[in-house]
This record gives sequence, structure tokens and C-alpha cells, in this order.
Amino acid sequence: MIPEIGHFALILALALAICQAAWPLVGAQRGDAAMMAVARPAAIGQFVFVGVAFACLTWSFLESDFSVLYVANHSQLALPTMYKISAVWGAHEGSLVLWILLLALWTVLVCRFSGELPQPFAARVIGVLGLLSVGFLLFTLLTSNPFERLIPAPPDGADLNPLLQDPGLAIHPPLLYTGYVGFSVAFAFAIAAMLSGNLDQNWARWTRPWTTWAWLFLTVGIALGSWWAYYELGWGGWWFWDPVENASFMPWLAGTALIHSLAVTEKRGLFKSWTLLLAIAAFSLSLLGTFLLRSGILISVHAFAVDPERGLFILAFLTVVIGGALGLYAWRAPALDSAAGFRPLSRETFLLLNNVLLVIATTLILGGTLAPLFVELFTGGKISVGPPYFDVAFAIPMLPLVFLIGVGMHTVWRSQPPGTLSKTLKYPALVAVVLGIVIPLFIYGSGSVLLVVGVISAIWIMAASLVHPIRSWRRAEGSTRITRGVLGMSIAHFGVGLFVLGVAIVSSFSIEADRSMRPGESIDVAGFSFELRGLQNVQGPNYQAIEGEVDVRRNGEFVTQLRPQKRTYLVQQSPMTEAGIDAGWNRDLFVALGDPLGDGAWSVRVQYKPLIRFIWLGAFIMAIGGIVAASDRRYRLTAPVREAQRKLAGEPA
Amino acid sequence: MWRFVTPLVLFGLLVAVFVKGLDPERNLNELPSPFVGKTAPTFDLPGLKDPSTRVGTALYEGETALINVWATWCVGCRQEHDFLLQLSREDVVPIVGINWRDNRDEALRWLAQLGDPYVASGYDGDGRVGIDWGVYGAPETFLVGRDGTVLHKHLGPLDRRIWEEDFMPLIDADGRGGK
Repeated sequence: MIPEIGHFALILALALAICQAAWPLVGAQRGDAAMMAVARPAAIGQFVFVGVAFACLTWSFLESDFSVLYVANHSQLALPTMYKISAVWGAHEGSLVLWILLLALWTVLVCRFSGELPQPFAARVIGVLGLLSVGFLLFTLLTSNPFERLIPAPPDGADLNPLLQDPGLAIHPPLLYTGYVGFSVAFAFAIAAMLSGNLDQNWARWTRPWTTWAWLFLTVGIALGSWWAYYELGWGGWWFWDPVENASFMPWLAGTALIHSLAVTEKRGLFKSWTLLLAIAAFSLSLLGTFLLRSGILISVHAFAVDPERGLFILAFLTVVIGGALGLYAWRAPALDSAAGFRPLSRETFLLLNNVLLVIATTLILGGTLAPLFVELFTGGKISVGPPYFDVAFAIPMLPLVFLIGVGMHTVWRSQPPGTLSKTLKYPALVAVVLGIVIPLFIYGSGSVLLVVGVISAIWIMAASLVHPIRSWRRAEGSTRITRGVLGMSIAHFGVGLFVLGVAIVSSFSIEADRSMRPGESIDVAGFSFELRGLQNVQGPNYQAIEGEVDVRRNGEFVTQLRPQKRTYLVQQSPMTEAGIDAGWNRDLFVALGDPLGDGAWSVRVQYKPLIRFIWLGAFIMAIGGIVAASDRRYRLTAPVREAQRKLAGEPA
Repeated sequence: MWRFVTPLVLFGLLVAVFVKGLDPERNLNELPSPFVGKTAPTFDLPGLKDPSTRVGTALYEGETALINVWATWCVGCRQEHDFLLQLSREDVVPIVGINWRDNRDEALRWLAQLGDPYVASGYDGDGRVGIDWGVYGAPETFLVGRDGTVLHKHLGPLDRRIWEEDFMPLIDADGRGGK
């Protein structure tokens, strides 16, 4: 009964989504206020029914209703409650429902916070979001119904993929999807602007906070995924340039470019058509990413007919959404170019360079991700594109970008006098060069050119990011304080610096050792001695594990005990590695159990990872910067107040 | 003007590649199978022709056998069908079919029209056995040895060349079928 209610709620949601798309879009075209007024109630109704469907699916998991095919395939009785909930989005069908729920949630938020928009514009935005909902709901109902019954029901389910039975991965998809789906708001704003043919600077100001929120969720989602890969896959790496990772990273890069180009469009009215294109690209890459890779179409692209209608439906949907948007762009964008000029040394130039470099990086990653498909289709051969390509392809545009960030954030619009710039940046540059040489040589005891360059650029960004906040803090009471926008930017860029520092140090000073060890033996890594004390069997709720007991000592002094596990999940019989990690701010100690080698010996992997926490910490700080910037009060002021303020203050910075 | 159309054109090319990528006839045998060398999963399905009979592991116990996953919606299956008919006439190994995620009436019509190469076909309408066997898509063919281990897995349509190169040596090594 409950699954049928869920199924029916999805169908009702589809009907409401159709209303939410049709009436407002037609109404906006005709100037019919009554038709446009359908937008908000329809969107809220759609959200309610998608919420009901989601709740029904969750209930089916919690009750272990194995007469629901999707539940039977991705859950089992002994699965801990937390993973019964996260199993809802653990595979294709349920993750689609989550996606739709988040899309509806974003839409409701747009309804709530769009009171200031002109009615036709708001109606178009909500209508476009409704169209996207229609597509996803149709896709779910026609090809991927999560409520399909399985009669007779099996006594127990097939269990959730053990890789997904992990707290990090339980919350990773909702965050990542919130980011992906959030770009649909910027996309809808872009489409609405092109439909109305009116793209003024207000458009960019409305779009900015939405884009920033989407971006920061995506940032945290990607960071969590990377963290999970680090401790769960048992290799101690944190980024693998796997197609799935690339799929989330490409929209992030495009979204980052979009945030920066929106700044130019809002403040100077420039780059309009380019900003539109980025808004389309960020969401298109999200679509491409989720559907090509996460929800099973990777299997259709890399394999063949998984289920013939599913692959074709996705492709048709992509073609309509992205093709339609780009068609509209080709038609409308030529009218939007503006003629305002700027000097070579100005904030515009640096933001342009930022965009060019980020787009180059995105393109190179897209090329590398799709290359195996292209090569196979056109030559019949098989290639694999791995980290050697991506590392280089990504570093080439990023190295100059990292240096330019420090300069760019201290330039002003239109024309920057070189004198004040060099005065501002003299101390950050000095600090960067000194620390960039001192840290590798004196703390870590060696230094290659690449490492020194990496550390210098990291310190450079961090030091340059501190200039604005320090100046604001030292300024006398009563003078103008730093805006949230500038503070957020400084925080986010500081996060970039921490991230770069983490990457530079981890990639140069990580120490790894793979050994065969028997209980009682020990090995020394990076000044720590790791002693395998013993192994014991551990019984988990739905797995059995062999747990190693590893005592870590430094100069004879006890540091910690690590307990790496090798788990075997009972239903799927798949082995999983659960690494033992001692996390510190300046280093991680990592022990993973490999395979038994006979005679009581085990292969053991021990790693010392300096500053690896900085990689994720940097990403989280970037996201915090996003929150601060998106909460800038000028996004919340109503138009008349802003106008008055602008007259008072003159041109905004 | 052209610079505004370029994104659309590039996207169109990408879609063309994806359409080609979705082509069911692509050969993807590089996909690794975790099952090869391991004991084949057991299965027990209602028969396609007569749901009251059972079709499953018991049918080929102790024999070398071919398990062929097929469906009427699958273009590759139609392509390999003639070859399967030839194989069944040569009577090298029994061919057991798993009719996967299909419609029973259409499947019966297919066999009536094109001929039936299978000793018997089991009806796996909800794809549950397909999950046990790690089926990516149809057609997929498994060679199961006398001791019940999976000797080989082939993705995509079978033909004579693949048969002679990949299957026959294994079948010979496994004792040429039969008991």
C-alpha cells in the first residue's frame, strides 16, 4: 500500500510539474498575470508530493519491505538503520527520487525568495525549473520506477553495496546532488533572461547568491567524496581522476568560473553572453555527469544496452535540455554584447584570465574523460586515460591561475594603478618566498623546484587573502568595514591556499610502505614504529572482519593504537578494507590490512601523510567563504533601498 | 554570429558520438567479470514455455554448458541467434537460456518465429537471476564447466570466430561436455 501511495504521489507530482511549466511559461509570453500566478502554488504542491514519494520509499526501506524490487536489491534485514536510510539513494532509481526532491526544494526556495523579481521573470524561472522536473519525473516513472513490486517477496534482500555502507558516503550524495541541482537555478535564470530578451545587471545580482550556494554544496560534496575514497578504498590516495570524480569536478570548475564571471556582469555589465554560456555549461555538465556516470549510464556508454529505453531516454532528455538551451543562446546571445571597455591592468582582466584558465581545465578534463569513448568508436582500439594525463593537463592552467588569484583580488574595476598594487602585494610576496623556501627545506628537509613553487604559491594566496581582513580590522572605528562579499572572497581564497599547500606537501613527502607482517613484527616509517600486536575476529551487524591491532610508537613512546579491518559482508560476500587512521592536523598515520599471505603473515600497507587534512580543510574553508559571500546584505535589499544607497555611496566597488 | 552557434554545433557532435556509444552492438569484452574462475551462481527459474516446469542449475549439473542471457528487445541477441541455432544443431554443449527482463508472450513469439536453440529457457522477468550473475546487458554468454565453475564470460553477440577462439579450447580442456 505505502509503495503504491509513493508511486501515485510521483504521478501527481508529474501532473503538477506540467502545470508549473506550462501555465507560467505561456502566461509570461502572453503577459497573463493569472496564468503566471500558477507558478508558485504548483511548485509547492509538486514539492509536497515528491516529499511524500520520498517518505514512502524511505518507509519501505525502514520496514524492509522486500516486495519492493528496489528495496530487495539494495537492503537487507541486518543492515543498520542509518544505511537503510542512505540506501534510499544508494542506486539509480532512488537517487533519481532524491534528485527530484532536491530540485523541488530549490524551486520552493526560489518561490520564497523571488518576491523582488518582476512577475514574468519569476514565472519563467519557476516554469523552466518545472520543465526540468517534468523530464526527471517522466524518466523515473517510465524507466526507473523505484516502487516496482517483486511478488513473491524474497525473505531477505541482496544488501546495499558494502562500499556505500559508510557514514561519509551516506551524506556525500545528498550534498553533491544539492550542488548539482542548485546549478539548475542559475540555468533557469539564464533561460528566463534569454526568453525575455532582457539581461541587465540585476539579472546577475539575482543569480549570484544562488550560484554561490550551489557551488559551496558541490564543494563540500566533492571534498567528502575525496575523504571517503581516502579511508575506504584502502589505497591512501585522495583523488584518482576516475570518471565519476571528473563528472563532479567539471561542473565545479565551470561553476567556479561562473561565480567569477557573474561578478563582472553584475558590477560592470560585461561578459554577458559569456556568463550565460557558463550558466548553461555548469548545469549541463552536472546533467552529463550525473547521468553519464553516477546513475548507471556509464554502463550504457561503456557497455551496451543495459536497458535500451533508459539510455535512449537520458540521451533524448540531455539533447532537449542542453540543445534547447544552446539553441536559444545562439538566437538571443548576439544581441547582448556590450561595449564598455577596461584597461589591461584591471579587475576585469584578471577575472577574464580566471575564466579562460578554468575553462581550459574543464575542457582538458572533459576531453580526457571522453577520450576512451571517442578512440573506441573511431578506431576500435581501447585506451585508458589516467592520472599521468590529468595531473599534467590540470596543472598547466592551474599554476598560472594560483599566482593570478593573489594579484587579481587586489585590483579594482576599470583601471588599476600599478603603484598601489605593488605596495599592497609587497609583503605577501616576501612572506611567500621566505616561507616557500623555509617550509620544505627546514621542516620537511628537502625541496624540488616543483615543490618550492607549489608551497610559494600556496603561501602567496593565503598571505594575499589576509590583506583585506587585516586592513579592515586595523582600520579605526567608524570607517567603512569590509563587506561580506570581500570577506567571503578572502576566506574562500585562503581555503584555496590551504588546499594547494596540502597537495604540495602530501605529494612530495608522503611515505608508503607495503610489508608482509606477522604478529609481533614491526616496521619503521617516517620515524614511527608500527607493531602488529595481533589479529582477531570481529563480528559486525552484517559483516565479519579480521581486525589488526597496530601499536604506533615514536622514540619508544606510545602514540596510538590503530585497528585496521578487513571486512567480509555476509550477503554480497565482498571484501572491504577499513583503514586504521590516526588523524592529526599536521599528519595522518594510515594502516590498511591487505591479504593473508599464509603462515599467519599479512600484507600490511603503512602510510605517513603530512598535511593531508589541509586538502579537505581547504575545501571546507572555500565553502565557508561561499556562505559568507552569499549572505552579503546587498542580495537581500529591496530594489528601492539599493537604489537610494547607490545614490548615496556613488558607484559600488 | 558564428561564435554563438559554435557551442550548439559542438554539443550536436557530442550527441552523435553518444548515440553511437549507445549502439547495442558495441563489443565490450574487456569488461572484467568477477565470476570467471568462481563457482557459478545457482538459479532456478520458471520455464519460459511452461511456467510450471523449472529451468535452472539442475538441468546441466556435471556437464559443460552454455548459459545465454537473451531478450527480445536486444538487437545483439537477434544477431547471434542464427549462430546459436547452428551450435544447437552441432550439439557441442547444451545451451540454457535465461530470458532476461522480457515479456513472456513476445519471447515465445520470438522463439516460434526464429527457432529455438535452447535446451530450455528460464523466465527471469524481474532480472533477479541477472543480478546474481552480474549481467550488464544482453546478450551475455557464460561457459560453465563440469565442476560448476564459470570458465568464460562473453559480452555481446557470439559468432563462429569468437566461438572457435575463446570457447572451444576451454570446452576441449573441460572434457568435451557430456559425462
